Amino acid sequence: MYEGESMKTFVRVITISVVMTMASFLGQALAATELVVVSWGGAYTASQQNAYHAPYMKKNPGIKIINDDSAGSAVAKLRAMKQAGNTTWDLVDAVASDAMRLCDEGLVDEIDHNSALANGADGSTATEDFGDFIVSPCFVPQIVYSTAFGYRKDKVSRPMTSVCDVFDLKTFPGKRSLEKKPINNMEWALICDGVSPSKVYDVLGTDAGQKRALAKLDTIKSNVVWWTAGAQTPQLLADGEVVVGSTYNGRLFKAIEVDKQPIAMLWDWQVFDLDGWVVPSGTKNKAEVMKYLRFATDTQRLADQAKWISYGPTRASSAPLVGNHADLGIPMAPHMPTDPNNAKTTLLYNYEFWADNRDEIDQTFNAWLAK
Amino acid sequence: MANNHKSEAYVSFQNVQKTYDGEILVVKDLNLDAERGEFLTMLGPSGSGKTTVLLMLAGFETATHGEIILDGTSINNVPPHKRHIGMVFQNYALFPHLTVNENLAFPLQVRKIPKSEIEERVANALDMVQLGEFGSRRPMQLSGGQQQRIAVARALVFEPKIVLMDEPLGALDKQLREQMQYEIKELHEKLEVTIVYVTHDQSEALTMSNRIAVFDDGVIQQLAAPNVLYEEPENAFVAQFIGENNTLSGQVSSIDKDTCTVKVGDGESLQALPIKIDGVGSNTMISLRPERVVVNPESGTYPNEVSAEIKELIYLGDHIRSRMNVCGHDDFIVKIPNSANHAQLKPGNSVKVGWMAEDARALDALETT
Amino acid sequence: MIKTPEKIELFTADGVPLKLSLARVQRRSKMVAFLMVSPLLLFMVFAFLVPIADMLLLSVDNSIVERILPKTVKSIKYWDPHDDKLPDEAVFAAMVEDIKKAKKAREHTKIGTRLNYESSGFASLFRKAGRKVKKINEPPYKKALIKSDKRWGDIQTWRVIKQFSSGYTGGYYLAAFDLKRDFADGSVSSLPEEDSIYLKLFLRTILLSTTITFLTLIIGFPLSYMLAKVPTRISNILIIFVLLPFWTSLLVRTTSWIALLQQEGVINDFLILVGIINEDGRLAMIHNATGTVVAMTHILLPFMILPLFSVMKTIPKSYVRAAISLGAHPWIAFWKIYFPNTAPGIGAGSILVFILAIGYYITPALVGGSSGTFISNRIAYHMSSSLNWGLGSAIGVILLLFVVLLFLLYDKIVGINNMKLG
Repeated sequence: MYEGESMKTFVRVITISVVMTMASFLGQALAATELVVVSWGGAYTASQQNAYHAPYMKKNPGIKIINDDSAGSAVAKLRAMKQAGNTTWDLVDAVASDAMRLCDEGLVDEIDHNSALANGADGSTATEDFGDFIVSPCFVPQIVYSTAFGYRKDKVSRPMTSVCDVFDLKTFPGKRSLEKKPINNMEWALICDGVSPSKVYDVLGTDAGQKRALAKLDTIKSNVVWWTAGAQTPQLLADGEVVVGSTYNGRLFKAIEVDKQPIAMLWDWQVFDLDGWVVPSGTKNKAEVMKYLRFATDTQRLADQAKWISYGPTRASSAPLVGNHADLGIPMAPHMPTDPNNAKTTLLYNYEFWADNRDEIDQTFNAWLAK
Repeated sequence: MANNHKSEAYVSFQNVQKTYDGEILVVKDLNLDAERGEFLTMLGPSGSGKTTVLLMLAGFETATHGEIILDGTSINNVPPHKRHIGMVFQNYALFPHLTVNENLAFPLQVRKIPKSEIEERVANALDMVQLGEFGSRRPMQLSGGQQQRIAVARALVFEPKIVLMDEPLGALDKQLREQMQYEIKELHEKLEVTIVYVTHDQSEALTMSNRIAVFDDGVIQQLAAPNVLYEEPENAFVAQFIGENNTLSGQVSSIDKDTCTVKVGDGESLQALPIKIDGVGSNTMISLRPERVVVNPESGTYPNEVSAEIKELIYLGDHIRSRMNVCGHDDFIVKIPNSANHAQLKPGNSVKVGWMAEDARALDALETT
Repeated sequence: MIKTPEKIELFTADGVPLKLSLARVQRRSKMVAFLMVSPLLLFMVFAFLVPIADMLLLSVDNSIVERILPKTVKSIKYWDPHDDKLPDEAVFAAMVEDIKKAKKAREHTKIGTRLNYESSGFASLFRKAGRKVKKINEPPYKKALIKSDKRWGDIQTWRVIKQFSSGYTGGYYLAAFDLKRDFADGSVSSLPEEDSIYLKLFLRTILLSTTITFLTLIIGFPLSYMLAKVPTRISNILIIFVLLPFWTSLLVRTTSWIALLQQEGVINDFLILVGIINEDGRLAMIHNATGTVVAMTHILLPFMILPLFSVMKTIPKSYVRAAISLGAHPWIAFWKIYFPNTAPGIGAGSILVFILAIGYYITPALVGGSSGTFISNRIAYHMSSSLNWGLGSAIGVILLLFVVLLFLLYDKIVGINNMKLG
C-alpha cells in the first residue's frame, strides 16, 4: 500500500520535471533573444526602461531586455569577462572617461556613428547631430549631466548668479559644500581668480597655476563641507547646514521640484560630463544590439528620456522635442543643463587633461586639504 | 548559667533576621554565641541560611533586624574592611595576578605595616602551612591543596579576631579534603583562633568542630557538640541529616516515665525514648541508628524484637549492610559487624531483629519519609 | 618475579606487523582530521593568504613596463641618464616598434597610465603616440617621434622610462613615505611640504585611532562592569542593546550622527535652547576630527565592551570580597585586585578597536571633513578611483606591518596568551 503511494509520487515528480524542462526549452526558443543591458540602476535605469526598453520590446516581441545594475564596476568586470573569454553583456552604459579607457584597451567595439546610428530628425548625420559629444570612437553619447551649484533662496541677500559668488563670503556668508576632489573646484577657483576660461587648463597644468587655484580655495577653506557622495549636498542644503553647494544637476532637480525645498540653481560655469553606450567586444548578439542601439539613440527616444529624469539629450535635434515631466507635468526644458538659458557659460570635463594630471593634482589637493 | 554564658560569648548573634525581598525570611530570629577560640560549624543543606549568616558576620550582607556583636562591640555598622575578620572562600579567592608572597602581604600592606615586618610575617605564615618554598610562585602554579593552604595562611597572617571559612574544602577531592580537615583542625588548636566554619558535609563538621549548629529553613535546629548531635538528635531533621538513620512512623499509645509505646504501621508496638512528642495519640517518628540493631538476638534480651525479611546484602569489608523489611518499611537498614560469628544471611531469609528502647528516639513526625 | 618486558615484534591476525598497522590507522585518522579542516584551510589560503601575498607583490611589481616595452627596456640599458643627451636612434626605433605592437594589443594606454603615476603627462603621451606611430615606418625614428610630440625630445621623459624599466620598484614605498627619487641622479629626497600627505595621514590615523580606543575604554569599562554585575538574565538583554547598533547599517549610524552633530543639528539646537551657546556660536562638531572620533567611538564601542564583559564575567565576586575582608577599602580592592584582572579584556578590546579603527574609511569619509580623514581613505582612493593599486598596496603593506609590530609589542609587554576576545 505504502509502496504504491510512493511510486505514484515518484512518477508525478518525474512528469512535472520533464514538463518543466520542456517548457523552459520552449520558452527560450520563443523568447528568441535576450539582451543584457548594464546601467546604473535606480531612477536612471527606470528612465531608460520607460523611454527605450519598453517601446522597443513592444515593437519587437522577439527581444527581451534584461537590466543589470552593475555599471559602477563595468571596467573591472569587462576586463574579467575578456580574460575568461565569455562576454555575457550586450550593452553597457558608461561615463565618458570609462568609455575612453575601455575603448583604449579594446574591451569595447568601435562604432561607425553615421552608418550605425539614425540621422537626426532634422536630417543631420549622427556625427553632426552629436557633435563634440562623440569623445571616443566607441562611445554613443546618451545624456549630458552637469555638476552645478544649488543655493538656499531663503538664506541669501540676493540671488546668486555667478560661480564666483561661491567664493564671496562677504555677500554670502555661511558654509558651502564642494566635492572632495580637485576636479571642477580647481577650474572654478581659477576662473574666479581672473583666469580667462579658455586658458584654465593651460594655467592649471603648471605648478604655479595649481598654487594659484589652491590659494583661491584657501579663502573659503574653513567654510567648506567636503562631500563624497552626490546625495550629500541636497541633504546639507535641506538641513540648512550649507548655503550653497555643488552636486549633479539631477539631484538638485529632485530637491527643488520633487521635494519642494527652497533651493535655486546656479548654473554659471556648470561642468558638463557625458554618459553613453558602449558595446562590449565579443557580445553574442551584436546584430540585435546594434538594431536596438539605433532605436534607443534616435532623436525622439533621447528627448523622451527627459520626461523621467533631468539630464539633457546629447542630440542637438532632440532639444526642441523635450516635453513635460511624466509625473509632475512641468516642462522639463528649463531644467536641462543643455537649455540655452542654463548653458550660457559651461565647461566640458577635460578628459585628456585630467587623465594626465589627476594623479599629481590630486596629491597636491589632498596635501592642501590635510594642512 | 544562661546569663553567665552571654558574658563569655566572643561572637554573638542576637535576634538576627535577614530578608532579601521583604517577604521571605532567610534567617529567622537567630541567636547564636561562639566562645573565644571555639571551632563552630554551621551545617545545613543549601538554602538553609548558613552562608547568609556567615556573610552577615563578614559584613557583606546586612542584618535586617537584630544585632551582631564581636568582642564586646556591635559591628552592625562597621564596614567589612574594618572588621578584622579573616575569610577563606570556597574557590580560595587567591589573587591570580599576585605571587603567593604578594597575596599574603596584601592584608598587611593595606594596614600600613612596615615592610620588614611584612616580610617576616609572610615568611612565618608560609612556614606555618609548610609552603615556605613557594612564595614567589603564582597561585595558578600550585595544586588545589597548596592553594587552599595559602588561602588559610592569608586569612591568618594579619591576626584577625576571627576566621570565617565558607565551604573551603568543597573543591578538593575526597582524600585531600580529609587531610586538609586535620591540618585546619591542627592549626586551630595551635593558634587558638576562633573559627566559624560553614559546610554542608556532615562528616567534615563532625571531624573538625567543637560545636555544630545545624541549620534548616533559616533556623538553628540544634546546637551541640558532634557526639551529642549524633547520639541525641533533638528532632527528626537533625536525626535524618546527621548520619544514617532508620525511621519508623507511628502513633504514641502510652507514655511511661522514661519510655513510651509507639504503635507503628503494621500494628506492632515498640518501646522508645520520648524526646519530642506531643502526648498520647500524637504522630511520631522513631529514629534508630542502623548499628544499634542486632540480628537474631537471644529471645528476651531486647524490649523491641520484630521479625524482618532480608531484601539486600552489601559486603563492605568491616561490616555488612543489610536492607530489610521491618514493620512494613522496605528500607530498614541494619549494619552487621563483620565478626567471626556473625549471622550467615541470604536475601529472602526471615530473621528477628531487636534493639534497646534507649536507642529508639521518638521524635516529631516529618512528612519527608 | 616481574619479568622485564622483552622487545618482541607483534603481528596482527593477517600477519602484518602491528606497528605498521597502527601507523596506518593513525595516518588514516590524521588524513580524516586534515580533510575536515581543509575547507577552512582552503578558504584561509584564498581569502587571506593569497590576497596578502598579492598585495605584497603589487606594491613592488613593475613588470608591466618590461612586458609592454620589451625592446625599449633592453636598448635603454646602454643609455646613461646623467648625460644631457637624448638616447640614440636605436632606443627610439625600439620605442616605435614597441608602441606599434602595444597599440595592436591595445595596451599602449596601460603603460601610459602606469608611468603617469610617476610623472604627469605620460597618459596623453602614449595615447597620442598610439595614434601617430602607424605613420612612422622608416628611420630616422628619433626625428619622426619628436615631431609627433615634442615631449619625446625631453630628456626627462626618457629618464622616467629608464628609472622605471626594471621589473620591481621601490617607488610606491617611496611615495607612501612622501619621498621622491630624482629622475636624473637617482637620489632620494622628501617631497615639498605642499605635496606631502602620507606621513601626515599615517600620524593622524594613529593619533585619532588611539583617541578612539581610549574613549571606548573610558565609556566601555563602567558599562561592562555594570553588565557583569547584574544577573545573567538581565545582562543578556542588555547585551542585545549593546549589539543593536550592528543591526543597522554603518551608513545609517553614521548619518544619524550627522543629524545630531551638525551645526543646524539636534545638539547645537539644544545648546542654544538652554542658552549655553548663542546662534553665532554654533559648535562645529562634524566634518572634522571631532566628528570622526565621536562617530567611530560609537561604532566601535561594542568591540571594546564584549571582550571586557566576557573577562569581567569570569572574575569571581570573591576576589573583591576577599580583598575587603583582608582590610582593603572597597576602592583599593577595586583598583589593586579587580582592575588588574581585567587587563586581558582591556588588552584585547584595545587591540581590536585600534586595528579596526586604523582600517576604517567609510565613516571618516562621511563625517571627517578634511581634518578627520584617515590613511585608509587614500587606500580606498587608489584602489577604486585612481586605480594606482601599487601605491594603494604599498600603503596597505605599511599599515599591515605597523599592526604586526603592535601585536609583537603587545605580546612582549602583556603576552598574547593573556588576551581574551570573548
